[in-house]
Amino acid sequence: MKINVNGSDHEVTVPDDTPLLWVLRDVLGLTGTKFGCGMALCGACTVHIDGAQARSCVTPLSAVVGKKITTIEGLSADPSHPVQRAWAELEVVQCGYCQPGQIMSAAALLKVNPHPTDADIDAALSGNICRCGTYVRIRAAVHRAAELSRTAAV
Amino acid sequence: MTKEKRDDPPLETTRRDFIKIASTAGAGLVLGIFFPPGRSRAAPAAAAAIAGNGAFAPSAFLRIDGQGVIAFIVPKVEMGQGTYTSIPMLLAEELEVDLASVRIEHSPPNDALFRDPLLGEQVTGGSLAIRAFWEPMRRAGATARTMLVTAAATRWEVPASSCRAEKGRVVHPETGRTLAYGELAAEAASLPVPEQVALKDPKDFKLIGTPAKRTDSLDKIRGRTVFGIDVRLPQLRYAAVAASPVYGGRLQSVDEAAALAVDGVSEILRTQDSVAVVATDTWTAKKGLKALSPTWDDGPHASFSSESLDAAMAAARPNPALTAQKIGAPEELLARSRKTISASYRLPFLCHTAMEPLNCTVQIDASGCDIWTGSQVPARARDGAARLLGLPPENVRLHNQYLGGGFGRRLEIDYVTQAVALAQRAKGPIKFTWSREEDVQHDLLRPYFHNYLAAVLDDNGMPAAWSHRLIGSSVMARWFPGYFKDGVDLDAVHGATNLPYTIPNFVMEYLPFEPPMPTGNWRGVGPSHNIYVVESFIDELAAAAGKDPLAYRLALLDKEPRVKAVLELAAENAGWSRPMQPRRSGVRTGRGLSVMREFGAYLAQVVEVSVADDGEVTIDRVVCAVDCGQIVNPDTVIAQIQGGAVYGASAVLWGEITFKAGRVQQSNFHDARVMRINECPRIDVHLVKSGEAPGGIGEPGTAGLFPAVTNAIFAATGVRIRDLPIRPQLLQRA
Repeated sequence: MKINVNGSDHEVTVPDDTPLLWVLRDVLGLTGTKFGCGMALCGACTVHIDGAQARSCVTPLSAVVGKKITTIEGLSADPSHPVQRAWAELEVVQCGYCQPGQIMSAAALLKVNPHPTDADIDAALSGNICRCGTYVRIRAAVHRAAELSRTAAV
Repeated sequence: MTKEKRDDPPLETTRRDFIKIASTAGAGLVLGIFFPPGRSRAAPAAAAAIAGNGAFAPSAFLRIDGQGVIAFIVPKVEMGQGTYTSIPMLLAEELEVDLASVRIEHSPPNDALFRDPLLGEQVTGGSLAIRAFWEPMRRAGATARTMLVTAAATRWEVPASSCRAEKGRVVHPETGRTLAYGELAAEAASLPVPEQVALKDPKDFKLIGTPAKRTDSLDKIRGRTVFGIDVRLPQLRYAAVAASPVYGGRLQSVDEAAALAVDGVSEILRTQDSVAVVATDTWTAKKGLKALSPTWDDGPHASFSSESLDAAMAAARPNPALTAQKIGAPEELLARSRKTISASYRLPFLCHTAMEPLNCTVQIDASGCDIWTGSQVPARARDGAARLLGLPPENVRLHNQYLGGGFGRRLEIDYVTQAVALAQRAKGPIKFTWSREEDVQHDLLRPYFHNYLAAVLDDNGMPAAWSHRLIGSSVMARWFPGYFKDGVDLDAVHGATNLPYTIPNFVMEYLPFEPPMPTGNWRGVGPSHNIYVVESFIDELAAAAGKDPLAYRLALLDKEPRVKAVLELAAENAGWSRPMQPRRSGVRTGRGLSVMREFGAYLAQVVEVSVADDGEVTIDRVVCAVDCGQIVNPDTVIAQIQGGAVYGASAVLWGEITFKAGRVQQSNFHDARVMRINECPRIDVHLVKSGEAPGGIGEPGTAGLFPAVTNAIFAATGVRIRDLPIRPQLLQRA
């Protein structure tokens, strides 16, 4: 089965009901996408499929054939995506385990909503748990990322 | 089109190779700085093996090689609390190097070289990192800097006093000559280590006290950081594990054929109470484990339940207890009084649920055992594995990794010894990954506690006598038996004794009561339960006296100016003296506060809550004021107080692990509920500028949050919450 991850095609020979999460982590060695719950409750496994937020722990391989998968590793070549720059600027991370998922969810939000309100951010990221409790800074960083995106777009 | 597995070796295999090379080269000068000068020769062999190869390594924490690579080997592990930045800041300040120029390394297991001087062991926990290393780490930096300057001065044939160190170079201003530390490494390594060096005056700090950028942020933002669960090795196999659902139970039967029939499953491993299915990837291993259908003999604790524990602890109430602290004659006053105020508080078992489920990668071969995992106690974990395998510790190599959250769970070595025991007869490296269900159901929980409090008020409504009896598990009896005084577990009573309040007659007693399973350290440790009890009860006394909770506390804090100061600062910023702004009409709102003086820090929290008609509680705002003495990184302090408050908020609202038929009833985030961003309040943190000795701040934010919330609920509804977690049914509007 051929899948496209971060712009490259990969041939994988695992059963097509294998969740994308484990294909990314164990087969392709892209460990930036994390395992947290296995039930789409925590968001640590968040990737983009054709630009939209998806939980890779419950997305079987069969569902992503012919689609473009983006992981945290592919969000930017250096951490220059506006979300990543905002995360760095506001020093969001603590342990960092949930952050790839948070960043991917935030990036997906900004793609469809360049001017999110607090309520928009809460709704979009309520599926991403952070046990270190970085939510206050995450909210601020999403606003900052939106600002950085708008500045870049001008 | 590429068919691939990532081949970059993780950091630790590179380091292992370095050690192998270094041990055969000539030794550089190495000194374990924890040893007083006379004992310094005691550990040169081990330390030299780390330094070797002409590198300059005057302490175990620092290595500068001839190519100019400056490596900091950090004695604490990074689990989000910022130790890979704040501890290096101490070293970099005195060493005069930019933090960005430094390579951060996990410390290998070695109690002698990396022990916390306050604990005597290589442990990360207890909010101790800064307090433990404030002086030793600065001294290590100053010592190294002094030797580098001496080496340059010697080469230049000028007085050392005419040289100075800045940004990784030694400079001789008179002649404009400079040398980079890397160029001086070999010469510095040949110098005797000075016993006395001067440390900077705090007024000269350039780095300490500034919000320096974390050294680990960028890799975490890129998804490049290697957590234990991310370790990759050649020929790695993946295993899914199941352990007996009931503590003390045994594996009874498995359907091996069904498991092995799953394509990609290669092996079944077992111990008496656990089983693992090994496969080509984690998903296949999970499928295999499901097919394996293990059954269990539940063993002697098959009928254990939360109800049975609660009843047994209630029955134990009158048993003789240990006195932790006594002042004056509280029992007589309580016996004489016709108006005692009493309250009982019940606290549940709490789980940790860090985001990274437990995991451990093991390889056992003729050379010994290699372990890759994230641990708060790397030497303990290594030693536990060595004992299990019957190997000398030096044949067991534990390669510590970044932790996807610790909160006290990684102070245990169970997931390591389990993996090692399972892997004993297997070949090649195996990564054991716990499911979230295993993680929730095989936790070492914060204990279940009963508390009985009573007080007598004087004519002014102030407490004339106070008694507190605590019943519950002694974590330290198992985890750290040395932490006892006069037979009393100091952690169990931490936060319930030595109160900041002036109370002339006081007694605190502790009755250990053990459930069948071992209990563990949870963020906030003793204060995680005692601060809730103390700050709830003092609030109840204020209400009984008809006084404002803030004024009542302030009147009892004459001897504690720093406690008063944070209380007043938090109250002022929260607008305590002004009426609360109304929220949505019909919603009950209230404000509550708490203050604590623990971990060497002073923290006050004011919380605003809304309570809906159906009793659902929303925490709207948290205002914190903290005095933790001299601050190393103010950004870290703010982040830790905010994060700690969120950790506590999850617990006070929903935190509870219950048992039925010997089993934990919860399994994942749907029933072990935790706070999400849409439930997270605004959290403001105000820092007190102080030159006092540094305190710890990893845990206070959590411990102080519980009573501030329940006191706010009382203000909003008139209902006292004495049984956690908060149950909305009790708050439904009549």
